[in-house]
Amino acid sequence: MAKRQVTFTFPQELIREPIIYTLSHQFKVVTNIRRADVSENRGWVVLELEGEEKDLEQGIAWVTSKGVRVDPVIGDIVEG
Amino acid sequence: MSYARALRCRKCGREYPVQPLSLCDFCLSPLEVSYDYKAMAGVVSREKLAGGPLSMWRYRDLLSVEGEVVDIGTGFTPLVKADNLGRELGLDRLYIKNDCLNPTYSFKDRPVSVAVTKAREFGFDTIACASTGNLAASVAAHAAKANMKSYVFVPSNVEPGKLVGIAIYNPVLVTVDGSYDDVNRLCTRIVERYNWGFININLRPYYAEGSKTLGYEVAEQLGWRAPDCVVAPAASGLSFTRIWQGLDELSMLGLIEPVNTHMYLSQAAGSSPIVNAFQAGSLHVHPVAPDTIAKSIAIGNPADGYYALRVVRQSGGGACAVTDEELINGMKLLAQTEGIFTEAAGGVVVGALRKLAASGVIKKNELTVAFITGAGPRTQETVSDIVQPFTVQPCLESFEEVVGVRV
Repeated sequence: MAKRQVTFTFPQELIREPIIYTLSHQFKVVTNIRRADVSENRGWVVLELEGEEKDLEQGIAWVTSKGVRVDPVIGDIVEG
Repeated sequence: MSYARALRCRKCGREYPVQPLSLCDFCLSPLEVSYDYKAMAGVVSREKLAGGPLSMWRYRDLLSVEGEVVDIGTGFTPLVKADNLGRELGLDRLYIKNDCLNPTYSFKDRPVSVAVTKAREFGFDTIACASTGNLAASVAAHAAKANMKSYVFVPSNVEPGKLVGIAIYNPVLVTVDGSYDDVNRLCTRIVERYNWGFININLRPYYAEGSKTLGYEVAEQLGWRAPDCVVAPAASGLSFTRIWQGLDELSMLGLIEPVNTHMYLSQAAGSSPIVNAFQAGSLHVHPVAPDTIAKSIAIGNPADGYYALRVVRQSGGGACAVTDEELINGMKLLAQTEGIFTEAAGGVVVGALRKLAASGVIKKNELTVAFITGAGPRTQETVSDIVQPFTVQPCLESFEEVVGVRV
Protein backbone atom coordinates (compact mmCIF):
# COMPACT_ATOMS: atom_id res chain seq x y z
CA MET A 1 0.00 0.00 0.00
CA ALA A 2 1.20 3.48 -0.88
CA LYS A 3 0.41 6.82 0.75
CA ARG A 4 0.00 10.37 -0.53
CA GLN A 5 -0.26 13.51 1.57
CA VAL A 6 -2.17 16.09 -0.42
CA THR A 7 -4.23 19.25 -0.26
CA PHE A 8 -7.53 19.41 -2.13
CA THR A 9 -8.66 22.95 -2.98
CA PHE A 10 -12.33 23.13 -3.91
CA PRO A 11 -13.89 25.83 -6.07
CA GLN A 12 -17.31 27.14 -5.04
CA GLU A 13 -19.29 25.01 -7.50
CA LEU A 14 -17.93 21.77 -6.03
CA ILE A 15 -18.44 22.53 -2.34
CA ARG A 16 -21.71 20.58 -2.24
CA GLU A 17 -20.41 17.51 -4.08
CA PRO A 18 -19.30 14.45 -2.05
CA ILE A 19 -15.94 14.26 -3.79
CA ILE A 20 -14.00 12.62 -0.94
CA TYR A 21 -16.75 10.08 -0.30
CA THR A 22 -16.84 9.13 -3.97
CA LEU A 23 -13.05 8.93 -4.14
CA SER A 24 -12.92 6.39 -1.34
CA HIS A 25 -15.75 4.25 -2.69
CA GLN A 26 -15.07 4.35 -6.39
CA PHE A 27 -11.28 3.95 -6.28
CA LYS A 28 -10.59 1.89 -3.13
CA VAL A 29 -8.64 4.78 -1.63
CA VAL A 30 -8.65 5.23 2.16
CA THR A 31 -9.06 8.94 2.93
CA ASN A 32 -7.87 10.33 6.26
CA ILE A 33 -8.62 14.04 6.78
CA ARG A 34 -6.13 15.87 9.02
CA ARG A 35 -7.08 19.53 8.60
CA ALA A 36 -9.79 21.36 6.70
CA ASP A 37 -11.52 24.68 6.22
CA VAL A 38 -14.64 24.70 4.10
CA SER A 39 -16.99 27.64 3.69
CA GLU A 40 -19.89 28.30 1.35
CA ASN A 41 -17.50 29.92 -1.14
CA ARG A 42 -14.57 27.55 -1.28
CA GLY A 43 -12.57 25.19 0.83
CA TRP A 44 -9.42 23.21 1.36
CA VAL A 45 -8.81 19.83 2.91
CA VAL A 46 -5.44 18.38 3.93
CA LEU A 47 -5.60 14.62 3.87
CA GLU A 48 -3.64 11.42 3.61
CA LEU A 49 -4.64 8.95 0.92
CA GLU A 50 -3.73 5.29 1.16
CA GLY A 51 -4.20 2.56 -1.40
CA GLU A 52 -2.67 0.60 -4.24
CA GLU A 53 -0.49 2.72 -6.49
CA LYS A 54 -2.79 2.48 -9.49
CA ASP A 55 -5.89 3.24 -7.41
CA LEU A 56 -4.21 6.35 -6.00
CA GLU A 57 -3.17 7.50 -9.46
CA GLN A 58 -6.62 6.93 -10.91
CA GLY A 59 -8.35 8.46 -7.91
CA ILE A 60 -6.26 11.62 -7.95
CA ALA A 61 -6.73 11.91 -11.72
CA TRP A 62 -10.50 11.66 -11.20
CA VAL A 63 -10.53 14.29 -8.43
CA THR A 64 -8.49 16.61 -10.65
CA SER A 65 -10.82 16.01 -13.59
CA LYS A 66 -13.77 17.10 -11.42
CA GLY A 67 -12.12 20.54 -11.04
CA VAL A 68 -10.48 20.14 -7.63
CA ARG A 69 -6.87 21.31 -7.41
CA VAL A 70 -4.62 18.63 -5.93
CA ASP A 71 -1.21 19.61 -4.54
CA PRO A 72 1.40 17.80 -2.47
CA VAL A 73 0.85 18.98 1.10
CA ILE A 74 4.47 20.13 1.27
CA GLY A 75 3.70 22.82 -1.30
CA ASP A 76 5.58 23.54 -4.50
CA ILE A 77 8.97 21.89 -4.53
CA VAL A 78 10.42 23.43 -7.67
CA GLU A 79 12.13 26.62 -6.52
CA GLY A 80 13.92 29.31 -8.44
CA MET B 1 27.13 20.97 20.17
CA SER B 2 24.05 22.93 19.12
CA TYR B 3 21.12 24.07 21.25
CA ALA B 4 18.56 22.38 18.98
CA ARG B 5 16.43 20.16 21.17
CA ALA B 6 13.66 18.86 18.88
CA LEU B 7 11.58 19.38 15.79
CA ARG B 8 8.25 20.98 16.64
CA CYS B 9 5.04 21.20 14.63
CA ARG B 10 4.24 24.81 13.82
CA LYS B 11 0.51 24.09 14.04
CA CYS B 12 -0.18 21.61 16.81
CA GLY B 13 3.11 21.84 18.75
CA ARG B 14 3.90 18.10 18.74
CA GLU B 15 7.59 17.36 19.02
CA TYR B 16 9.85 14.90 17.20
CA PRO B 17 13.54 14.01 17.57
CA VAL B 18 15.97 15.93 15.34
CA GLN B 19 15.87 13.86 12.12
CA PRO B 20 15.26 14.26 8.37
CA LEU B 21 11.52 14.98 8.58
CA SER B 22 9.49 17.97 7.46
CA LEU B 23 5.82 17.29 8.25
CA CYS B 24 3.95 16.56 11.46
CA ASP B 25 2.64 13.02 11.36
CA PHE B 26 -0.64 14.12 12.94
CA CYS B 27 -1.74 17.32 11.23
CA LEU B 28 0.65 17.29 8.24
CA SER B 29 1.84 20.81 9.08
CA PRO B 30 5.47 21.91 8.71
CA LEU B 31 8.02 21.19 11.43
CA GLU B 32 10.60 23.66 12.68
CA VAL B 33 13.70 23.35 14.82
CA SER B 34 13.06 24.10 18.48
CA TYR B 35 15.93 25.39 20.62
CA ASP B 36 16.88 25.60 24.25
CA TYR B 37 17.05 29.39 24.25
CA LYS B 38 17.83 29.57 27.94
CA ALA B 39 21.03 27.58 27.49
CA MET B 40 21.81 29.47 24.28
CA ALA B 41 21.45 32.82 26.04
CA GLY B 42 24.11 31.72 28.49
CA VAL B 43 26.79 31.44 25.80
CA VAL B 44 26.03 34.06 23.15
CA SER B 45 26.91 37.71 23.45
CA ARG B 46 27.39 40.60 21.04
CA GLU B 47 31.15 40.42 21.59
CA LYS B 48 31.37 36.69 20.96
CA LEU B 49 29.30 36.89 17.79
CA ALA B 50 31.21 39.89 16.50
CA GLY B 51 34.47 38.02 17.04
CA GLY B 52 33.41 35.14 14.79
CA PRO B 53 34.31 34.55 11.15
CA LEU B 54 33.14 37.09 8.55
CA SER B 55 30.47 34.72 7.25
CA MET B 56 27.05 33.42 8.25
CA TRP B 57 28.84 30.92 10.47
CA ARG B 58 29.63 33.61 13.05
CA TYR B 59 26.06 32.78 14.21
CA ARG B 60 26.77 29.08 14.50
CA ASP B 61 25.63 28.96 18.16
CA LEU B 62 22.16 30.05 16.99
CA LEU B 63 21.88 27.32 14.35
CA SER B 64 21.17 23.61 14.51
CA VAL B 65 24.47 22.09 13.35
CA GLU B 66 26.70 19.81 15.40
CA GLY B 67 30.04 19.23 13.67
CA GLU B 68 32.14 20.62 10.84
CA VAL B 69 30.10 22.85 8.57
CA VAL B 70 29.88 22.78 4.77
CA ASP B 71 30.85 26.35 3.99
CA ILE B 72 31.70 27.86 0.61
CA GLY B 73 32.14 31.35 2.07
CA THR B 74 28.54 32.43 2.50
CA GLY B 75 27.16 35.45 4.27
CA PHE B 76 28.14 38.65 5.98
CA THR B 77 27.23 40.36 2.75
CA PRO B 78 27.23 44.18 2.60
CA LEU B 79 24.47 46.29 4.11
CA VAL B 80 24.81 49.51 2.14
CA LYS B 81 23.21 52.87 2.81
CA ALA B 82 21.26 53.55 -0.37
CA ASP B 83 21.23 57.35 -0.49
CA ASN B 84 20.71 57.65 -4.24
CA LEU B 85 17.82 55.21 -4.35
CA GLY B 86 16.43 56.69 -1.15
CA ARG B 87 16.44 60.17 -2.70
CA GLU B 88 14.60 58.80 -5.72
CA LEU B 89 11.94 57.16 -3.54
CA GLY B 90 11.72 59.79 -0.81
CA LEU B 91 13.29 57.70 1.94
CA ASP B 92 16.03 59.20 4.12
CA ARG B 93 17.20 56.05 5.89
CA LEU B 94 17.16 53.31 3.27
CA TYR B 95 19.59 50.38 3.33
CA ILE B 96 20.10 47.54 0.86
CA LYS B 97 21.09 44.11 2.11
CA ASN B 98 23.03 42.99 -0.94
CA ASP B 99 22.83 39.21 -0.84
CA CYS B 100 23.77 38.95 -4.51
CA LEU B 101 27.31 38.71 -3.20
CA ASN B 102 27.15 35.14 -1.98
CA PRO B 103 29.30 32.46 -3.64
CA THR B 104 26.57 31.29 -6.04
CA TYR B 105 25.06 34.78 -6.33
CA SER B 106 21.94 34.39 -4.21
CA PHE B 107 20.77 34.09 -0.60
CA LYS B 108 20.10 30.38 -1.21
CA ASP B 109 23.65 29.65 -0.11
CA ARG B 110 22.55 30.41 3.46
CA PRO B 111 19.79 27.79 3.82
CA VAL B 112 21.64 25.28 1.64
CA SER B 113 24.81 25.55 3.73
CA VAL B 114 22.84 24.53 6.83
CA ALA B 115 20.84 21.84 5.01
CA VAL B 116 23.90 20.19 3.46
CA THR B 117 25.73 20.29 6.78
CA LYS B 118 22.78 18.51 8.38
CA ALA B 119 22.55 16.06 5.45
CA ARG B 120 26.13 15.01 6.12
CA GLU B 121 25.42 14.70 9.87
CA PHE B 122 22.44 12.46 9.12
CA GLY B 123 24.67 10.20 7.04
CA PHE B 124 23.31 10.98 3.58
CA ASP B 125 25.81 10.66 0.75
CA THR B 126 23.47 12.23 -1.81
CA ILE B 127 21.51 15.47 -1.81
CA ALA B 128 18.85 16.61 -4.25
CA CYS B 129 16.54 19.46 -5.14
CA ALA B 130 14.12 20.63 -7.81
CA SER B 131 14.92 24.08 -9.13
CA THR B 132 15.26 26.21 -12.20
CA GLY B 133 18.18 28.31 -11.05
CA ASN B 134 19.43 29.70 -7.75
CA LEU B 135 18.64 26.77 -5.47
CA ALA B 136 20.04 24.21 -7.91
CA ALA B 137 23.31 26.09 -8.33
CA SER B 138 23.73 26.39 -4.59
CA VAL B 139 22.97 22.72 -3.92
CA ALA B 140 25.37 21.55 -6.62
CA ALA B 141 28.12 23.87 -5.36
CA HIS B 142 27.75 22.73 -1.75
CA ALA B 143 27.69 19.07 -2.83
CA ALA B 144 30.95 19.65 -4.65
CA LYS B 145 32.50 21.19 -1.55
CA ALA B 146 31.21 18.38 0.69
CA ASN B 147 32.28 15.62 -1.73
CA MET B 148 28.67 14.47 -1.95
CA LYS B 149 26.65 13.41 -4.94
CA SER B 150 23.85 15.72 -6.03
CA TYR B 151 20.77 15.33 -8.21
CA VAL B 152 19.05 18.39 -9.63
CA PHE B 153 15.59 18.10 -11.22
CA VAL B 154 14.56 20.72 -13.74
CA PRO B 155 11.43 21.06 -15.91
CA SER B 156 12.45 20.40 -19.51
CA ASN B 157 11.14 23.75 -20.75
CA VAL B 158 13.78 25.74 -18.86
CA GLU B 159 16.11 27.59 -21.22
CA PRO B 160 19.41 25.67 -21.64
CA GLY B 161 21.39 28.85 -20.94
CA LYS B 162 20.08 28.86 -17.38
CA LEU B 163 21.55 25.45 -16.74
CA VAL B 164 25.19 26.41 -17.24
CA GLY B 165 25.45 27.96 -13.77
CA ILE B 166 24.21 24.67 -12.34
CA ALA B 167 26.03 22.17 -14.56
CA ILE B 168 29.44 23.73 -13.90
CA TYR B 169 29.41 22.13 -10.41
CA ASN B 170 28.80 18.71 -12.01
CA PRO B 171 25.58 17.52 -10.37
CA VAL B 172 23.48 14.77 -11.97
CA LEU B 173 21.26 17.14 -13.95
CA VAL B 174 17.87 15.64 -14.78
CA THR B 175 15.43 17.47 -17.05
CA VAL B 176 11.89 16.22 -16.56
CA ASP B 177 9.61 16.10 -19.55
CA GLY B 178 6.58 17.74 -17.95
CA SER B 179 5.17 20.78 -16.21
CA TYR B 180 6.28 22.25 -12.87
CA ASP B 181 3.46 20.33 -11.20
CA ASP B 182 4.72 17.10 -12.77
CA VAL B 183 8.21 17.78 -11.35
CA ASN B 184 6.67 18.48 -7.93
CA ARG B 185 4.85 15.16 -7.99
CA LEU B 186 7.89 13.22 -9.20
CA CYS B 187 10.08 14.64 -6.43
CA THR B 188 7.62 13.70 -3.68
CA ARG B 189 7.77 10.14 -5.02
CA ILE B 190 11.57 10.13 -5.23
CA VAL B 191 11.98 11.22 -1.64
CA GLU B 192 9.84 8.26 -0.55
CA ARG B 193 11.91 5.76 -2.52
CA TYR B 194 15.52 6.92 -2.20
CA ASN B 195 17.58 7.55 0.89
CA TRP B 196 18.59 11.05 -0.17
CA GLY B 197 18.65 14.36 1.58
CA PHE B 198 16.12 16.33 -0.42
CA ILE B 199 16.90 19.94 0.37
CA ASN B 200 13.41 21.41 0.50
CA ILE B 201 11.52 18.24 1.46
CA ASN B 202 12.97 16.05 4.22
CA LEU B 203 15.69 18.62 5.08
CA ARG B 204 13.33 21.59 4.96
CA PRO B 205 13.33 22.44 8.72
CA TYR B 206 17.14 22.83 8.58
CA TYR B 207 17.12 24.51 5.19
CA ALA B 208 14.79 27.11 6.72
CA GLU B 209 17.25 27.88 9.50
CA GLY B 210 19.90 29.37 7.23
CA SER B 211 17.74 32.33 6.25
CA LYS B 212 17.61 33.51 9.87
CA THR B 213 21.17 34.71 9.38
CA LEU B 214 19.81 37.46 7.12
CA GLY B 215 18.01 38.89 10.14
CA TYR B 216 21.00 38.40 12.45
CA GLU B 217 23.41 40.11 10.07
CA VAL B 218 21.23 43.12 9.40
CA ALA B 219 20.73 43.71 13.12
CA GLU B 220 24.46 43.44 13.82
CA GLN B 221 25.37 45.64 10.84
CA LEU B 222 22.94 48.29 12.06
CA GLY B 223 24.78 48.37 15.39
CA TRP B 224 22.64 45.77 17.13
CA ARG B 225 19.17 47.03 16.41
CA ALA B 226 16.23 45.91 14.27
CA PRO B 227 15.08 48.05 11.32
CA ASP B 228 11.80 49.97 11.48
CA CYS B 229 10.71 48.39 8.19
CA VAL B 230 11.78 45.40 6.12
CA VAL B 231 10.84 44.86 2.48
CA ALA B 232 11.61 41.35 1.23
CA PRO B 233 10.46 39.08 -1.58
CA ALA B 234 8.41 35.95 -1.01
CA ALA B 235 8.17 32.75 -3.02
CA SER B 236 7.37 29.89 -0.64
CA GLY B 237 7.36 32.50 2.13
CA LEU B 238 9.98 30.57 4.10
CA SER B 239 12.85 33.07 4.05
CA PHE B 240 10.45 35.94 4.79
CA THR B 241 9.35 34.23 8.00
CA ARG B 242 12.94 33.48 8.94
CA ILE B 243 14.19 37.06 8.55
CA TRP B 244 11.56 37.96 11.12
CA GLN B 245 12.46 35.00 13.32
CA GLY B 246 16.14 35.98 13.20
CA LEU B 247 15.31 39.43 14.55
CA ASP B 248 12.91 37.98 17.11
CA GLU B 249 15.49 35.50 18.40
CA LEU B 250 18.13 38.21 18.89
CA SER B 251 15.60 40.12 20.96
CA MET B 252 14.68 37.01 22.93
CA LEU B 253 18.37 36.44 23.68
CA GLY B 254 18.71 40.00 24.94
CA LEU B 255 21.07 41.03 22.13
CA ILE B 256 18.76 43.73 20.74
CA GLU B 257 15.80 45.71 22.08
CA PRO B 258 12.25 44.35 21.51
CA VAL B 259 11.50 44.17 17.80
CA ASN B 260 8.97 46.61 16.35
CA THR B 261 9.85 45.99 12.73
CA HIS B 262 7.05 46.23 10.16
CA MET B 263 7.49 43.38 7.68
CA TYR B 264 6.46 44.12 4.08
CA LEU B 265 6.18 41.17 1.73
CA SER B 266 6.55 41.61 -2.03
CA GLN B 267 5.58 39.35 -4.93
CA ALA B 268 5.26 39.63 -8.68
CA ALA B 269 1.63 40.27 -9.66
CA GLY B 270 1.72 37.23 -11.94
CA SER B 271 2.44 34.97 -8.97
CA SER B 272 1.11 36.61 -5.83
CA PRO B 273 -0.96 34.11 -3.85
CA ILE B 274 0.25 35.51 -0.51
CA VAL B 275 -0.47 39.13 -1.46
CA ASN B 276 -3.90 38.04 -2.74
CA ALA B 277 -4.71 36.43 0.62
CA PHE B 278 -3.50 39.51 2.51
CA GLN B 279 -5.65 41.81 0.41
CA ALA B 280 -8.66 39.51 0.77
CA GLY B 281 -8.23 39.43 4.55
CA SER B 282 -7.88 35.65 4.42
CA LEU B 283 -5.38 33.47 6.25
CA HIS B 284 -5.60 30.71 3.65
CA VAL B 285 -3.37 31.10 0.64
CA HIS B 286 -5.15 29.78 -2.44
CA PRO B 287 -2.77 28.42 -5.09
CA VAL B 288 -2.36 30.24 -8.41
CA ALA B 289 -0.78 29.35 -11.75
CA PRO B 290 2.36 31.56 -11.96
CA ASP B 291 2.76 33.84 -14.97
CA THR B 292 5.64 36.28 -14.47
CA ILE B 293 9.19 36.87 -15.61
CA ALA B 294 10.28 36.77 -11.95
CA LYS B 295 10.86 33.01 -12.19
CA SER B 296 12.99 32.75 -9.07
CA ILE B 297 10.00 33.67 -6.88
CA ALA B 298 7.21 32.21 -9.05
CA ILE B 299 5.69 29.69 -6.65
CA GLY B 300 1.97 29.18 -7.09
CA ASN B 301 1.42 27.01 -4.02
CA PRO B 302 3.68 28.45 -1.31
CA ALA B 303 4.34 26.00 1.52
CA ASP B 304 4.85 28.74 4.11
CA GLY B 305 2.33 31.22 2.77
CA TYR B 306 0.15 31.00 5.86
CA TYR B 307 3.11 31.65 8.17
CA ALA B 308 4.37 34.53 6.03
CA LEU B 309 0.92 36.09 6.23
CA ARG B 310 0.97 35.75 10.00
CA VAL B 311 4.32 37.56 10.17
CA VAL B 312 2.92 40.37 8.00
CA ARG B 313 -0.12 40.74 10.26
CA GLN B 314 1.66 40.35 13.60
CA SER B 315 4.31 42.89 12.66
CA GLY B 316 1.85 45.50 11.43
CA GLY B 317 3.36 45.24 7.97
CA GLY B 318 1.82 44.72 4.58
CA ALA B 319 1.98 42.92 1.25
CA CYS B 320 2.46 44.41 -2.18
CA ALA B 321 2.47 43.02 -5.74
CA VAL B 322 4.17 44.63 -8.72
CA THR B 323 3.71 44.01 -12.43
CA ASP B 324 6.46 42.71 -14.67
CA GLU B 325 6.89 46.21 -16.10
CA GLU B 326 7.23 47.69 -12.61
CA LEU B 327 9.76 45.08 -11.56
CA ILE B 328 11.89 45.68 -14.66
CA ASN B 329 11.85 49.38 -13.84
CA GLY B 330 12.87 48.44 -10.32
CA MET B 331 15.85 46.40 -11.59
CA LYS B 332 16.99 49.30 -13.72
CA LEU B 333 16.49 51.84 -10.96
CA LEU B 334 18.56 49.84 -8.46
CA ALA B 335 21.37 49.36 -10.96
CA GLN B 336 21.36 53.00 -12.02
CA THR B 337 21.22 54.47 -8.52
CA GLU B 338 23.21 52.04 -6.38
CA GLY B 339 25.28 50.03 -8.87
CA ILE B 340 23.64 46.74 -7.92
CA PHE B 341 22.49 44.42 -10.71
CA THR B 342 19.74 42.28 -9.24
CA GLU B 343 17.61 39.52 -10.70
CA ALA B 344 13.87 40.05 -11.19
CA ALA B 345 13.09 39.25 -7.53
CA GLY B 346 15.12 42.31 -6.53
CA GLY B 347 13.17 44.35 -9.05
CA VAL B 348 10.00 43.22 -7.26
CA VAL B 349 11.42 44.48 -3.96
CA VAL B 350 12.36 47.87 -5.41
CA GLY B 351 8.99 48.13 -7.18
CA ALA B 352 7.20 47.38 -3.92
CA LEU B 353 9.41 49.81 -2.04
CA ARG B 354 8.50 52.53 -4.49
CA LYS B 355 4.78 51.92 -4.00
CA LEU B 356 5.03 51.68 -0.22
CA ALA B 357 7.03 54.91 -0.01
CA ALA B 358 4.83 56.80 -2.49
CA SER B 359 1.67 55.87 -0.60
CA GLY B 360 3.19 56.92 2.71
CA VAL B 361 2.96 53.43 4.19
CA ILE B 362 6.71 53.54 4.77
CA LYS B 363 7.61 56.94 6.19
CA LYS B 364 10.50 59.10 5.03
CA ASN B 365 12.45 58.85 8.28
CA GLU B 366 11.89 55.16 9.02
CA LEU B 367 14.99 52.97 8.97
CA THR B 368 14.13 50.63 6.12
CA VAL B 369 16.06 47.61 4.87
CA ALA B 370 15.31 46.16 1.42
CA PHE B 371 16.55 42.62 0.85
CA ILE B 372 18.07 42.01 -2.56
CA THR B 373 18.38 38.24 -2.62
CA GLY B 374 19.82 37.35 -6.02
CA ALA B 375 22.12 38.73 -8.71
CA GLY B 376 21.08 39.71 -12.20
CA PRO B 377 23.55 38.11 -14.58
CA ARG B 378 21.98 34.64 -14.41
CA THR B 379 18.73 35.98 -15.90
CA GLN B 380 19.93 39.01 -17.80
CA GLU B 381 17.55 38.30 -20.70
CA THR B 382 14.82 40.01 -18.64
CA VAL B 383 16.43 43.40 -19.31
CA SER B 384 18.21 42.73 -22.61
CA ASP B 385 16.42 45.72 -24.21
CA ILE B 386 18.67 47.97 -22.14
CA VAL B 387 21.51 47.42 -24.63
CA GLN B 388 21.32 50.37 -27.03
CA PRO B 389 24.90 51.29 -27.91
CA PHE B 390 26.08 54.18 -30.05
CA THR B 391 27.76 52.86 -33.19
CA VAL B 392 30.68 54.98 -34.34
CA GLN B 393 33.51 54.79 -36.86
CA PRO B 394 36.99 54.43 -35.33
CA CYS B 395 37.76 58.18 -35.53
CA LEU B 396 37.21 61.14 -33.20
CA GLU B 397 34.95 63.00 -35.63
CA SER B 398 32.51 60.12 -35.81
CA PHE B 399 32.55 59.66 -32.03
CA GLU B 400 31.83 63.34 -31.40
CA GLU B 401 29.17 63.50 -34.09
CA VAL B 402 27.27 60.37 -33.07
CA VAL B 403 27.62 60.57 -29.28
CA GLY B 404 27.27 64.33 -29.26
CA VAL B 405 30.11 65.30 -26.93
CA ARG B 406 32.59 68.11 -27.55
CA VAL B 407 35.82 68.99 -25.81
